[in-house]
Amino acid sequence: MGRFIAKRLGLSLITLLLVSIIVFAISDVLPGDVGRSILGRSATDAQVAQLDHQLGYDKPLPARYWKLVSGYATGDWGTSPVLNTEVRPLVLRRFGNSLILAAFAFALIVPFSIFMGIVAALHHSRWPDRLISIGGLSLIALPEFVTGVILLVVFAVQLGWFPSSSQVPTASPVDWFRQLLLPSIPLMCVLFGYIARMARAGTVDSLRADYTRTATLKGLPRRTVVRKHVLRNSLLPTISVVSVQIGYLVGGLVVVETLFAYPGIGSLAYDSVQANDITMIEAIVLFTAVLYMLSNLVADILYAALNPRVRLAS
Amino acid sequence: MSAAVDAATAVATPTPTRGRRASELGRAVVRSRTFLFGAAILGFWILDALFWRAIVPHDPSATSTDILVGPSGDHLLGTDNLGRDVFSRVLAGATPVLTVAPLATLIGLVGGTAIGLVAGYHRGLVDDVISRIVDAFLAFPAIVIALLALTVLGSSQVTVILVIGILFTPIIGRTVRSAVLVEREREYVAAARLRGDSAPYVMLAEILPNVTGPIAVEGTVRLGYAIFAAATLSFLGVGLQIPSPDWGLTVAVERVNLSANPWTVLGPAIALATVVVAVNLVADGVRQAVEE
Repeated sequence: MGRFIAKRLGLSLITLLLVSIIVFAISDVLPGDVGRSILGRSATDAQVAQLDHQLGYDKPLPARYWKLVSGYATGDWGTSPVLNTEVRPLVLRRFGNSLILAAFAFALIVPFSIFMGIVAALHHSRWPDRLISIGGLSLIALPEFVTGVILLVVFAVQLGWFPSSSQVPTASPVDWFRQLLLPSIPLMCVLFGYIARMARAGTVDSLRADYTRTATLKGLPRRTVVRKHVLRNSLLPTISVVSVQIGYLVGGLVVVETLFAYPGIGSLAYDSVQANDITMIEAIVLFTAVLYMLSNLVADILYAALNPRVRLAS
Repeated sequence: MSAAVDAATAVATPTPTRGRRASELGRAVVRSRTFLFGAAILGFWILDALFWRAIVPHDPSATSTDILVGPSGDHLLGTDNLGRDVFSRVLAGATPVLTVAPLATLIGLVGGTAIGLVAGYHRGLVDDVISRIVDAFLAFPAIVIALLALTVLGSSQVTVILVIGILFTPIIGRTVRSAVLVEREREYVAAARLRGDSAPYVMLAEILPNVTGPIAVEGTVRLGYAIFAAATLSFLGVGLQIPSPDWGLTVAVERVNLSANPWTVLGPAIALATVVVAVNLVADGVRQAVEE
């Protein structure tokens, strides 16, 4: 187990190095002239040269890459030339807000999706299965902005039940639902499809497994077979799919936060794109990539810890 | 004894010949009701994308003084803020979506198949290096890295296709690699190697035809994601630009007019949803046929 964790950590470090090189290549090398791309065509050459110098873009590439890496390693994520503020506190504060929205969506949809996935598997190929599978497939297919716009029109604009721009909720649970329910529904639609599908596939597999047949043949009641033998094994793959969804979620947050004007990391990404604020987008991309890697690492270790075949193999 | 066992397994799992496998797959796909239903809807949109000029009741870019009127006999879905016919724009909007998404998927399929074949066939150091790079790409939330790349590169139909295609390459590469890992242990690969066939020949002529199933599944699934991603990027303003009738862009631009004529937004939104659902149904049909 210790060796397994050490190996996964080592691989993550290599991935992290490559991630930083990719981000550096896109944001620092690809544009050619960063100052020009921030200031636009109307700026004079002198203004561009000054901004390049101010941001350090007149230095050679290895020096710039080292500055990026050492900056992030020591907690200096740079200063946004557009907003004139330090990047790190803003990204972290916005991330905290997004976490509230994402946690709200996860808390509502993960148990529900797993439950529906299991229901579908227990009624394999009969109408509840068809209904849940096709429903999930259709919900995955709906881009968040499509669901989001429709919800916004019906429940915020026409009926006025919810605010059309959501704020960070206060401590009151009523306010949580008022502010967060509408923006989290588009996320939940997509998440439901993935998680229910995975829970269903895992349950179908373990229903067919030999140990389930043995349990049935030795005369255990179906309830016991399902609870003690099927579900324990079927939920393992679901853990990894839930962690993979964190990567998806960031993309989904960009859309719903923009649509509902929620002050999270997604709307920050959108605003930075509109303002050509490459320093800020760079920080958001790196931050979310590291976050995603960490969540995968945790999921892998959790998976190994729960699965005796992996736990005991090393 | 061991020869008998070998003979038995050889009979039990005959190496499928190329031609038979492809036609069997084709027949299994066509038998699937899910596939046919999805293919019918998708077929409608493909025909529309090609021939919308012949069927639109109005010129989709012609403005008029009838601004934001509701649905009527003349304007089935009413008009938008510039007085353009919403129904005609919805019909014309299929073309950009069905251009960007298939081309991006194609780039991802070609690139992903290439790196998957090389990584899976060679194993060892080559595989390790490719796998680490793939991992690094998969660590990025696709929409966010696409935002960064398109901000830097500038938005156009070509850059959107390239960015989505490049982001798909490692994902498809990973799927192809795991399929190749299984195939390379088969006897026909060993036979080709013993015969002295070169590595590129074994990969392209021996292994590739036997991994078309997983590639077909991955390709159709990715096509759905490509439509989803392209529409989302257009909605976020870094995809196709005004005055394209692109659906994602239209939803973004027209959402301020929702209360005046909701069809300006609902029209393209519903059209987009039907295309993505259709592609997913097709993908599901292909997946079931391959798994059978």
